[in-house]
Amino acid sequence: MRLSSTGRRPWRLSGIAAIAVAGSLLLASCAANEPAPGGESPSGLSGTLVGGGASSQDAAQQAWVAAFQTANTGATVEYEPTGSGAGRDNFIAGANNFTGSDRAFKDDELAKDNFTACVAGTPIVEIPNYISPIAIIFKLDGITSLNLDAATIAGIFKGDITKWNDQKIASQNAGVTLPDLAITAVHRSDESGTTENFTDYLHANTPVWDADASGNWPYEGGEAANGTSGVVDAVSNGTGTIGYADASRAGGLGTVAVKVGGDYVEYSAAAAAAIVDESPAAPGRNAVDLAIELDRTSDAAGVYPIVLVSYLIACSDYQDDAIVPLVKAYLGYIISDEGQAVGVKAAGIAPISATLFDKAKAAVDSIR
Amino acid sequence: MPDTAAPARAKPRLRPGDRVFSGSALAAGTLILAILAGVAAFLIIESVPVVTTDPKDINILDGQPFWSYVAPLVFGTLWSSAIALLMAVPVSIGIALFISHYAPRRLAQGLGYIIDLLAAVPSVVFGLWGGNVLAPAIQPLYSWLTEHLGWIPLFAGPASGTGRTILTASIVLAVMVLPIITALCREVFLQTPVLHEEAALALGATRWEMIRTAVLPFGRPGIISASMLGLGRALGETMAVAMVLSSSGGITLALLTSSNPGTIAANIALRFAEAFGTNINLLIATGLILFAITLVVNMIARWIIGRRREFSGAN
Repeated sequence: MRLSSTGRRPWRLSGIAAIAVAGSLLLASCAANEPAPGGESPSGLSGTLVGGGASSQDAAQQAWVAAFQTANTGATVEYEPTGSGAGRDNFIAGANNFTGSDRAFKDDELAKDNFTACVAGTPIVEIPNYISPIAIIFKLDGITSLNLDAATIAGIFKGDITKWNDQKIASQNAGVTLPDLAITAVHRSDESGTTENFTDYLHANTPVWDADASGNWPYEGGEAANGTSGVVDAVSNGTGTIGYADASRAGGLGTVAVKVGGDYVEYSAAAAAAIVDESPAAPGRNAVDLAIELDRTSDAAGVYPIVLVSYLIACSDYQDDAIVPLVKAYLGYIISDEGQAVGVKAAGIAPISATLFDKAKAAVDSIR
Repeated sequence: MPDTAAPARAKPRLRPGDRVFSGSALAAGTLILAILAGVAAFLIIESVPVVTTDPKDINILDGQPFWSYVAPLVFGTLWSSAIALLMAVPVSIGIALFISHYAPRRLAQGLGYIIDLLAAVPSVVFGLWGGNVLAPAIQPLYSWLTEHLGWIPLFAGPASGTGRTILTASIVLAVMVLPIITALCREVFLQTPVLHEEAALALGATRWEMIRTAVLPFGRPGIISASMLGLGRALGETMAVAMVLSSSGGITLALLTSSNPGTIAANIALRFAEAFGTNINLLIATGLILFAITLVVNMIARWIIGRRREFSGAN
C-alpha cells in the first residue's frame, strides 16, 4: 500500500541499498584482514567460536572479539546479542559454543542436564565476567549528588513521592536546598537487564517495592524511554527528572549515593566489584560454576549494591574437542587483566577482583 | 476518474509486445497478492501458540489475558494516529491549495520539492528530533495547559516533566504524514477541470469561492484517499514513536501526562530485542492485530471513496 502511495518511497529503498553496499564493503574489508580459513596464526589457534546472548555485554564483547582476533589472526569469534533468554536456549540447543547471560542457570534448569554440546553429567562453567554498576541519575540545577535509601528510591520510582522537597528526601540530605519541583521518574520502556537488576535491588531492600524483580517495568505510570540512551536523554533534557542507567553513561548528570548499612555509597568500579566478592556462592554448585547469589542487602562497608552481573557460560567438557582450545583462549582472555581493561574502556565495566580472577582462571583451565 | 468514451474498436490484433506486457502486468498483480497472503499466513501461523499457551507461561503477559494486554496498544495506535491526522490534514490541504492555486509558479515548484524532501527524512531522525528538541521545547506549554485548562479531560495533569507525551508523538507523526497527504492533494487539485474553475470565476465567484465550489468537491475523494494513506503510515510508524513516546500506561484520554498507552508497532520494536520463546509469538500476534486494523482502515477508505465518486463533479 505504501509503496504505491508515493513516488518518494524509493528514496528509502535506495538508502537501504546504500547501507547494504557500505556494509558489504565493510565486511569485505574485514575479511581481507583475516587469513584464509585454516591458515595458521602465530598462536596456532584457528576455527570459529560462536557465541551470543546478553545484549548488555554486547559493547564489551565486540571489543573483546576485535582484540582477540587481532592477537589470534587464525581465529574467528562471533557474538550475537540475541538477549539472555535466547542465548541460554541456543546454548542448550548447542547452537552457541558459549553464551553471555544476565543470570546463571537455575538449579532446576541444571538438573535437566540437557546441554547438547556438553558431555552428559558434567558441570557447566559459569563465570561472572561482566560487572557493571547501575547509576541512579537525576537532573536538578546546582545539585550533583543526593543521599537516598532504598525505601525513598522505591517511593520515587513508584510515584508515591512526587516532589523533590519531600520530607523523606530532605531528611537524608541536610544542607541541600531542594526545589519545590515535581519529580519525573524515568524508566526503561523496553525489556532490559538493567531494569531487572534495579528492581531486584529495590525488591530485596524495601517492602515499599511490592513487585518482583522483572526486566519489564512492573508498575503502570511514570515516564518511559527506549534504551539506555533514551533514559539518559530524557533525564538530561527534562527538569526534575530521575532515572537509572549503566554508570558509564551517567555523564555530567547528578548521581545518587545509595544507603548501605549506615553509609551512603557513590557508585564506583571498586564498590561494584566488591559486592560480587561479598556475595555468597550459589549453594550446591560445582567448583567451576561460579554462580553467585548477589547479596543486594549487604551492609558491608564500601559495597555498591545496584550492579548488573552478567555471566559467561560454557561447558566444562565439550563433546567436540576441537573447539576446546578456542573456548579456553577466548574465555581466558576475557577474564585476564588485559581483557577486563578492554571491557572498562569499551563499556565501563568494573574489573573483576583478584580473588574472583583466581577462581575463574581455575574454572577456565578445567575446560576440556 | 472521468470515463473516456472511446469508440469500440474492431478486433484488436495482438502483437508480441501486448502479450508480454499483459503477462508481466498480470504477474506483478498476482505477486503482490501472493506476498500479502504470505505475510498474512506467517502472522496467523506464528500467532497460534499465543491462543494455545497459558498466559502465565508468557513472560510479557504475566498472567493477564491477551486481549487486556493488546487493548491499550490498539487504543494507543488509533488514538495517536487520529490526533496526528487531525493536525496534518487541514495543514496539508492548505499547503496543497497554496501550491496549486495561490503561489506564483516558481515558488510553488520550490515549495513542492521541499515538501517532498520531508518524506525522505528517515524516521529515526524524526524520532531524535521529537525526543530531544520538540519534547523539551514544548514541555512548558504542557505545564501551562495542565495548570490552567486541567479541567478538560484531554489536558488532565500532572504534566510530563520531559514532554514525551502522546501529543508530542502525534505531532511528530503529523509532520511525517504531512508530505504524503500534501503531495497527493496537490496532484488532485491540479486535476480540477479548468472549465469548472473558469465557469465559477465567470459567475462572479472570488478565488476562495471558486476553490470551495469547484476544486474541493472535485478533490474530495482524493483528499480522503490521501488521508487514508497518511493514516496507514501513522498506524505503522515504529521508530519515531518508540523513541519519543513514554509508553507506560493504559487507556487514557489525557494527552499531556507521562503515562500514555503505547502503540503496537513501537511496542514490538521495544520488546522484540530481548524476547524469546512464546514472547515472540505474542508480539507477532499483536502484529496480526495491526495488520487487521490497517486492512479495515483501507476498506473503509475504499468504501468512502466509492460512495463519494458520483458527487465529485467531474462527470
